[in-house]
Amino acid sequence: MASSDALLPISAREESDLNEETHRRRRPVKGLLAVSLGLLFIAFYVVLVATHDGSNRSNDVKIESDETATTTSRARLAGVSEKSNDKLWKLSGERNTVSFAWNNSVLSWQRTAFHFQPEQNWMNDPNGPLFYKGWYHFFYQYNPNAAVWGDIVWGHAVSKDLIHWVHLPIAMVADQWYDANGVWTGSATFLDDGSLVMLYTGSTDKFVQVQNLAYPEDLNDPLLLKWVKYSGNPVLVPPPGILPKDFRDPTTAWKTSTGKWRITIGSKINKTGISLVYDTTDFKTYEKHDTLLHQVPNTGMWECVDFYPVSKTAVNGLDTSVNGPNVKHIVKASMDDTRFDHYAVGTYFDSNGTWIPDDPSIDVGMSASLRYDYGKFYASKTFYDQNKGRRILWSWIGESDSEAADVQKGWSSLQGIPRTVVLDTKTGKNLVQWPVEEIESLRLSSKQFNMEVGPGSVVPVDVDSAAQLDIEAEFEIKKESLDKILGDASVVAEAEEFSCQKSGGASVRGALGPFGFSVLADKSLSEKTPVYFYVAKGKDSKLKTFFCTDTSRSTFANDVVKPIYGSSVPVLKGEKLTMRILVDHSIVEGFAQGGRTCITSRVYPTKAIYGAAKLFVFNNAIDATVTASFKVWQMNSAFIHPYSEEVVRAISSA
Amino acid sequence: MATIMGVAMGDIVDKTCKQTPDYTLCVTLLRSDPRSSSADTVGLGLILVDKIKELGYETLGQIVMLYKNKLMLRRPLHECNLRYKTIVDVDVHTAIIAIKGNPKFAEGAIVDAGVEASVCEGGFPKGQSPLTSLTQNMIKICDVTRAIVRMLL
Repeated sequence: MASSDALLPISAREESDLNEETHRRRRPVKGLLAVSLGLLFIAFYVVLVATHDGSNRSNDVKIESDETATTTSRARLAGVSEKSNDKLWKLSGERNTVSFAWNNSVLSWQRTAFHFQPEQNWMNDPNGPLFYKGWYHFFYQYNPNAAVWGDIVWGHAVSKDLIHWVHLPIAMVADQWYDANGVWTGSATFLDDGSLVMLYTGSTDKFVQVQNLAYPEDLNDPLLLKWVKYSGNPVLVPPPGILPKDFRDPTTAWKTSTGKWRITIGSKINKTGISLVYDTTDFKTYEKHDTLLHQVPNTGMWECVDFYPVSKTAVNGLDTSVNGPNVKHIVKASMDDTRFDHYAVGTYFDSNGTWIPDDPSIDVGMSASLRYDYGKFYASKTFYDQNKGRRILWSWIGESDSEAADVQKGWSSLQGIPRTVVLDTKTGKNLVQWPVEEIESLRLSSKQFNMEVGPGSVVPVDVDSAAQLDIEAEFEIKKESLDKILGDASVVAEAEEFSCQKSGGASVRGALGPFGFSVLADKSLSEKTPVYFYVAKGKDSKLKTFFCTDTSRSTFANDVVKPIYGSSVPVLKGEKLTMRILVDHSIVEGFAQGGRTCITSRVYPTKAIYGAAKLFVFNNAIDATVTASFKVWQMNSAFIHPYSEEVVRAISSA
Repeated sequence: MATIMGVAMGDIVDKTCKQTPDYTLCVTLLRSDPRSSSADTVGLGLILVDKIKELGYETLGQIVMLYKNKLMLRRPLHECNLRYKTIVDVDVHTAIIAIKGNPKFAEGAIVDAGVEASVCEGGFPKGQSPLTSLTQNMIKICDVTRAIVRMLL
């Protein structure tokens, strides 16, 4: 990635004033200088080795207060894991206090094998996903010039199966006054005649947010390479009462019962997040409703609003225009203030274009409301896949590392693996997501394991390479363990206080957990990313299950955000605990109970990489034994194809 | 009266700085720039991003000087050089372009600037950093700037 230097808008080369200084000094008297420099380097090396000797350091708990980190959780908790009486559970000791200097080998390992990402540079929101003439299309916010946000255009790629992608030329650039400062997020709508239109937000030359219409130049081109912007753009400008920078991300339109098309656009009024509604017949002129689709106080700006029907009974997806008694509607928004995506299940009233949630206590954007994903996941967007009758969810997965590292490695951000989305017909209250089945075409060899994992143990899982894996697992707490703990009054009820984020992570031992997998771990577990269940006893002796991912020890690097993510997950009577994990280098995606609770995390190990990355199954409960039955597949690369004219010609005629 | 004293009570600088974690630092930085009296929130944010840039360059100058003399600290100084170059070239640039159009990306860049400074400082063995007051300063300014940028969300 050395050439990425040339792509930076301003020189950020590593060769700096520093090296110029030393070069100037080295020219004269080479011999003597070389010898003394050599001695100095030896002395320096000795000092370095002495300070690097981590294993002999004292085991004092050291918490470094980090003034920047107050709200971003970059405070490094250099601590000792809770002591265990099992020698297999290694104490992590005092963390390395010297900065980890990224090198190209460690950085290049981070690139994923089967997640969508451009060849280089920055990406953010998914845009206008659709299926047309045999191809899945994906567009995305892209910076063609740097590995940081800026100069945003619409990148474009196509695939037959949502997994194997071919990069195409940029679809839309910022070439008009109405999108001069950014061709931002938008959505596609299919019209009755099978043609399609794209509505997107432009940031004008004066930084005002407006909505614009674009459509394919040639509907006979299945690759939809070229796009035309409507000459009458913008089609919508911020209405009275809405600030010029609070008006973006138009949705896919749906048909109303009167035959008009309807869209919604997120915004805010003071601190109330809102969703505006417009009707149109031609996508060029619109009528704004006086009422909103919905609003929730104190949630701030609603970005990337999404609105769609889900079936109450069936497992297939529904076209955005479907309505009826067997249907619920989802309102989703990305909260600018917190960078979380939230959704709620509710009822849509077509006659006036309004929607109310089934449960107002967990309304869209409230801190307790549902999220597609409890990790690093934002700006998500669904589309109806008419090819297979599914609703599919795309999501922007940003980096959790420093910009210095992003610039050095030359890229930033991924998309999550596309997921199908359906209403959970068993609970009726939440969505269920699952990686699209096409990902299974990447599965290579597999191994099946069945084992009992005793309390306080960590078991290596022999799977050869461990950076590209698909794991499906079933766990069960042994009945004797469960009965004993439920019957034991001295075991304190903790379900009400437990949270993945606040309860100390995977090293804190409870009566019935945590247990799960340590992925991207090195053989001494000095770096590891546990993905696990924590079962907590509740006051009424009921059990509450939590699903967490703990990235706090995922890397020695200290310029990386390392949160503990997760949430509770509904477990119905008679259900075993199931989890699926996709590991793909610097991204880990976990799915609990068939996708009722999902967690995406970004991790940047410095040691647990390449051949040194291993997989472990663990049970850190104090007393309970767990049976684990799981299958681990090696995953192939998706071989995402860089853009080339020959490839485009070849697939055009296919 | 209040204006003659050069301290306008209840003006935008005062109101804005009250919502940041360090009122005194915020007011000192902003009032040192004559543009602050007629600026909007975006303008105030840009003034502070300028301060980040200035401090970044000042620190880089220090780093270059120290590199000549403090041979034992060259490794962490080299890392600091990389980190501070990121601040002035990347973070500041992103913050400036994003603050006008899409402030959440400016927030990310400013948070990163604080992290880069912190990582630079953390690279020195305990008690041996020659840059502590500069890095601490950067972290504080980033905290204040971030608070102002968040007002734009």
